[in-house]
Amino acid sequence: MTLAEQIWQFFLSGLTTGGTYALIALGFSLVYNATGVINFAQGEFVMLGGMITAASMTAWGLPLWSAALIGIAGTTLVGIALDRAAIRPARGASIVVLIIITVGASIFIRGVAGIIWGPDERVVPAFSGEAPIGIFGANITPQSLWVLGATLVTAIAMWLTFEYTVIGKAMRACAINPQAARLCGIELSRMISWSLALAAAIGAIAGIVLAPITMTQYNVGTMLGLKGFCAAMLGGLGNGLGAIAGGLLLGVLEALGAGLISSQYKDAIAFVVLIAVLLVRPSGILGGRRGGEE
Amino acid sequence: MLRVRSVDASYGRVQALRGVSLHVDAGEIVTLIGANGAGKSTTLAVISGLIRAQVGDIQFDGRDVTNRPPHRLVRAGICQVPEGRQVFGDLTVADNLLLGAYSRWRRGGRSEVMADIERQFERFPQLDERRGQLAGSLSGGEQQMLALARGLLSRPRLLMLDEPSLGLAPIIARQFLDEVQRSRDEGLTVLLVEQNARAALRIADRGYVLETGRIVLEGTAQELLDNPEVQRAYLGKGYREVWE
Ligand SMILES: Nc1ncnc2c1ncn2[C@@H]1O[C@H](COP(=O)(O)OP(=O)(O)O)[C@@H](O)[C@H]1O
Ligand SMILES: [Mg+2]
Repeated sequence: MTLAEQIWQFFLSGLTTGGTYALIALGFSLVYNATGVINFAQGEFVMLGGMITAASMTAWGLPLWSAALIGIAGTTLVGIALDRAAIRPARGASIVVLIIITVGASIFIRGVAGIIWGPDERVVPAFSGEAPIGIFGANITPQSLWVLGATLVTAIAMWLTFEYTVIGKAMRACAINPQAARLCGIELSRMISWSLALAAAIGAIAGIVLAPITMTQYNVGTMLGLKGFCAAMLGGLGNGLGAIAGGLLLGVLEALGAGLISSQYKDAIAFVVLIAVLLVRPSGILGGRRGGEE
Repeated sequence: MLRVRSVDASYGRVQALRGVSLHVDAGEIVTLIGANGAGKSTTLAVISGLIRAQVGDIQFDGRDVTNRPPHRLVRAGICQVPEGRQVFGDLTVADNLLLGAYSRWRRGGRSEVMADIERQFERFPQLDERRGQLAGSLSGGEQQMLALARGLLSRPRLLMLDEPSLGLAPIIARQFLDEVQRSRDEGLTVLLVEQNARAALRIADRGYVLETGRIVLEGTAQELLDNPEVQRAYLGKGYREVWE
């Protein structure tokens, strides 16, 4: 392989991981927009999506599709429970306190998952086989296309929701100016529930499409959550397009760094990128959407 | 229609209202005047449910509504247009209006909501021309009209306005208050908060004067205009320099 071909190959595999980072980053942005909170339990939603799906397949012998639906539904319920049990009772607490609550919740969710499923790695089979597809000299697995497809479909669905539905517009109004939104009769706590439910569902989708590529385990949420957070920061927290751009860019940078420098540095790259963003451009490459008040 | 009795409210340890009592009867325009920091906005916030009343009670249509959450008060027919307009800048003019009718939309009656939005566009042609633009791109006067129209879309029976003329050119402010008067003539009841006491008393039936969280004076608009204390503190020369 020539260097150019290698780079092309790294680029494609980077896009695949980047797609999941983008989905996770979207989850961060959603909750951040509705509440101003960085939800550090977002990575656990990703873990739950993959693990519930894998467990439903082995425990009940369910086919992939119904197991995946259970994975998404179960994770969404956990998202709603997180709101009811931890966020809502702390209403009026400062943002920092709420963020610490999400850190605690993520440790709790991971612990419970470890007790239920043990430390073993689980597999979800590839959705449509393993035969690699060649694209201009590089190989890509069908599952990579599923990841990118899921990212694209989710992003479009979110865009349609926020642009064209009344509930989506109401959620945006809460992000722009919560007080004015409440005076319009929009129930802020309900919108926060919705945003956590949506973020959980999106996280679960990421976990399910990723599981066939990387396997899954009770503790994969931590690293994936941090990567998604880096991606969200890179793209500008709260910015949907930025989340997608940040996720894809981070995935590609990681793959190039791992391939061309050393795979030992793969995880470090995300954090180097995060620190660089914080120092050079704290609002992210596409800037923040927040602060539209007045 | 609205009766507020001996309400106390505070922000943390700062007490903002002390024993505030007032009432607004159906079809009236009542104004609440007072200096910056007197507690006017806080009074409205307690009525609209944004801030808790620690003591006292609030009745609307004879029913106790103390410390109800804002969305239920909107449904009951109380609507507040907040200070500084606070339109949703990143949403279009039309979407701002739609969200004004959010609680009605949720309970059905969607075609009625759409018809009401068109009615507001007929009433405010400047908004109609800009219905697809982001609300943040409007001028101050247009944003204030939008905030009013958005408030009216909840079909309130009691409309509360917080310093609508703040930052507007005098002519625009006057046009705005004319619209408020017109809404009243169409059956709305209005509680109007203003620092611009002269303009407010011009259209109001009655008024209250708030000073450091207490009601210190009340009377008909004419009584307040004639009151030497009010003239000195709120209508005097200093006031003119600021407002005219
Ligand atoms: N969010 C807040 N936090 C703390 N104190 C506040 C807040 N809002 C208002 N206050 C205080 O409450 C008092 C009344 O304020 P406000 O109701 O806004 O007055 P007005 O609307 O008459 O200018 C003031 O002393 C003000 O400093
Ligand atoms: Mg005020």
